[in-house]
Amino acid sequence: MGFYVVQFLTGLAGAASLFLVACGLSLVFGVTRVVNFAHGSFYMLGAFVAYSLTKWWGAGLGFWAALVASSVIVGALGAAIEVLLLRRLYRSPELYQLVATFGVLLVVQDAALALWGPDNLLGPRAPGLSGSVALFGQRVPQYDLFLIVLGPTVLLLLTLLLTRTRWGRLVRAATEDRDMAAALGVNQRHLFTGVFFLGSLLAALGGALQLPRAPATLFMDLNIIAEAFVVVVVGGMGSIFGAFLAAVLIAELHAFGILIFPQVTIVLVFVVMAVVLVVRPWGLLGRPEDARHRTPTEIATPLGVPRCLVVIGLIAVAAVLMAWPAMAGDYGLKLATEVLVFALFAASLNFILGVGGMISFGHAAYLGLGAYGAALLVSRLGWPMEAGLVVAPLAAGFGALLFGWFCVRLSGVYLAMLSLAFAQIAWSVAFQWYDVTGGDNGIQGVWPSAWATSPLVYYYLALAVVAAALFGLHRVASSPFGYALRAARDSSLLSEAIGIDVKQVRWFGFALAGAAAGMAGGLYAFLKGNVSPTVMAIPVSIDGLVMVLLGGVQTVVGPLLGAATLVGLKTEIASATNVWRGVLGALIIGLALLFPRGIVGHLGRWHRGGRP
Amino acid sequence: MLKLTGVDTFYGRAQALFGARLDVRRGEVVALLGRNGAGKSTLLKSIMGLVPASAGTIVFEDRELRGMETHRIARFGIGYVPEERRIFTDLSVAENLEVGRAPSRPDAPEWTVERVIELFPNLAPLMQRSGGHLSGGEQQMLAVARSLMGNPKMILLDEPSEGLAPRVVEAMGAMIVRLKSEGLTAILAEQSLRLAGLVADRAYVMESGTVVWDGTGRDFLADHEAQKRYLMA
Repeated sequence: MGFYVVQFLTGLAGAASLFLVACGLSLVFGVTRVVNFAHGSFYMLGAFVAYSLTKWWGAGLGFWAALVASSVIVGALGAAIEVLLLRRLYRSPELYQLVATFGVLLVVQDAALALWGPDNLLGPRAPGLSGSVALFGQRVPQYDLFLIVLGPTVLLLLTLLLTRTRWGRLVRAATEDRDMAAALGVNQRHLFTGVFFLGSLLAALGGALQLPRAPATLFMDLNIIAEAFVVVVVGGMGSIFGAFLAAVLIAELHAFGILIFPQVTIVLVFVVMAVVLVVRPWGLLGRPEDARHRTPTEIATPLGVPRCLVVIGLIAVAAVLMAWPAMAGDYGLKLATEVLVFALFAASLNFILGVGGMISFGHAAYLGLGAYGAALLVSRLGWPMEAGLVVAPLAAGFGALLFGWFCVRLSGVYLAMLSLAFAQIAWSVAFQWYDVTGGDNGIQGVWPSAWATSPLVYYYLALAVVAAALFGLHRVASSPFGYALRAARDSSLLSEAIGIDVKQVRWFGFALAGAAAGMAGGLYAFLKGNVSPTVMAIPVSIDGLVMVLLGGVQTVVGPLLGAATLVGLKTEIASATNVWRGVLGALIIGLALLFPRGIVGHLGRWHRGGRP
Repeated sequence: MLKLTGVDTFYGRAQALFGARLDVRRGEVVALLGRNGAGKSTLLKSIMGLVPASAGTIVFEDRELRGMETHRIARFGIGYVPEERRIFTDLSVAENLEVGRAPSRPDAPEWTVERVIELFPNLAPLMQRSGGHLSGGEQQMLAVARSLMGNPKMILLDEPSEGLAPRVVEAMGAMIVRLKSEGLTAILAEQSLRLAGLVADRAYVMESGTVVWDGTGRDFLADHEAQKRYLMA
């Protein structure tokens, strides 16, 4: 009995940080409608800055001072990023904002690596609270009790701030309808900067508070952001109390999951999240997303390119692809094959994004499922490559059917966050289920069949498969099913009214895109000869989005261009510098700033002679 | 006081206003009439900067408003009551009024919570109720009250009589006359004459995104031909 109580208390203590991060994310999103990936970076920086300040000021009262100072410093940094970067992007398509904040995350990662080094940083014990208290014959750390009290205290303070101050009322008004608030004379700019400061401060405080419990690492940012997404989706977007409930729920699942399922506690989180979303699609305390707020993704901007030009372009691209081997060596061929693989990946993402109107933050899950499906079949069961390539899209398609069933019930950012959460779950399973997936080491020795081992043959094989898959996706997009999907994208209510089963159409669209990504994953596995969890990590999902943006939504050769650009850039930068993440992040940010309406939007604007 | 010339406005690539014009003098109630889709709402939104006009001039008291941010336009003393009312449903009635509050200005009537409650006594018992739990008429009153809290010099009312019972429309008319007597200028966008006919000094009639008739309210009431051509379905 006592043991369970103590375990419960541990869970409550763990909920504190999670709650701080998630409610900051939720507040920022509520007002600015920006899903801020860099929010996890603020959490990480909060821990790192507090660590350094504690070193500097001494471990006594210095720790508490460092906690406060670090939160304020990182809060100010968040406000600065809002002023310098995000302010310019509020009118951009939401995908651009997301990718830009991911650029910030990359830059912060490399900056943190440069400043603090690659090692995990062990924080000090909290001075004054380093002992423990006896409860039911068990020892409970005093610091845990402090965290247990802190969570509800912050909840109370935030609630008072939002309901009892003029600033808080303006924030709530702007969260509901920011145009109307502006029409009443409310200056959004100050409000946005203020909310960003508060949100970043909360994230940093969450990170700093973790120091005495766990070391600060360079992976904290992505780990926490995925968990925070889960909390926000489960708790309900925009509800602070919902975020608190969900944080407690998730943290308790971790605390007790360790006892039942030590290997894959994440599966429990998945089950609970699924149950909550089936019963309450908008989260425990959330409300349906107001269609008024939804900024549709840049919708089909047909560039008006004459059909003959499209055909000529396609022929030119095909000619280059066919002739490439004559110009390139083995290395060039492998690189080109990788471009092809990612072109298919990007095209499949483009399919659900452009045609289906569903933003997926976790599309790498299906690339990974395909790769793991093929690799497991070949390495564990000894089947040949051909079977692996058949199973890859099936495995991914099946996974997309499972995850998609939940995703298509939501829309907009809820869907995006949920897709990321699912991807992170898939990643965790691959990472933790050592006996089957080989954990961090992955699966080695995934080689093509004898006839396809030469880079040249494999290149042509990939070219044939990718070309067929792209053609297939293109045909589906312009089939009656594709039109139903577009109709559901543009107005789900009208589509329902004319008899389209919106959920089912979107579900199948999601699964089809998943299967296509899985096909790419299968090709990728045999190209690399091994598979590791990185293939379905968050950065790969974002890479896909960057490729789609680079190439332009709704174009046939777009994904190919996007993939070629990004794979090429990454290779170039990685060979030139070891801070490639930072350089890439800066490039992404620059791109977002130069083309705040998206490249496609700009081309469209020029085409229309400068009219908006 | 407010003068629009040659205003073009687009929604994406669709043009909604074609060289629209308007001239409102201080202290007037001007009716903006026209059928559904004629461009009345778009004209008001263009004034507020909610849908930016891409050509023309919108001059309010010697200041060019076109291209300015919405909150600044509001701060110059223009109150806006949208067609859908857009009450903050998460906030209580009192909080909705609070959001609208702005410092007083010398050349406009000053409003306090007490004074708007006196103007709309029906709101008094509802102060703590959430904005989402109001009837249509109550929402309309709150929307007007909320914009008055900003102490505007001019108020833009977008179809305030829509969906209201005849008795409430009459009360609305009395309210507009009262505001006018306090020195407030108003633009009243309406599809019919049931409210505008009671209170308008002058009228502009819109069709297909442009102004096709203008004159005094009395002339328009007398001109059955024009009424038939521009307002009846």
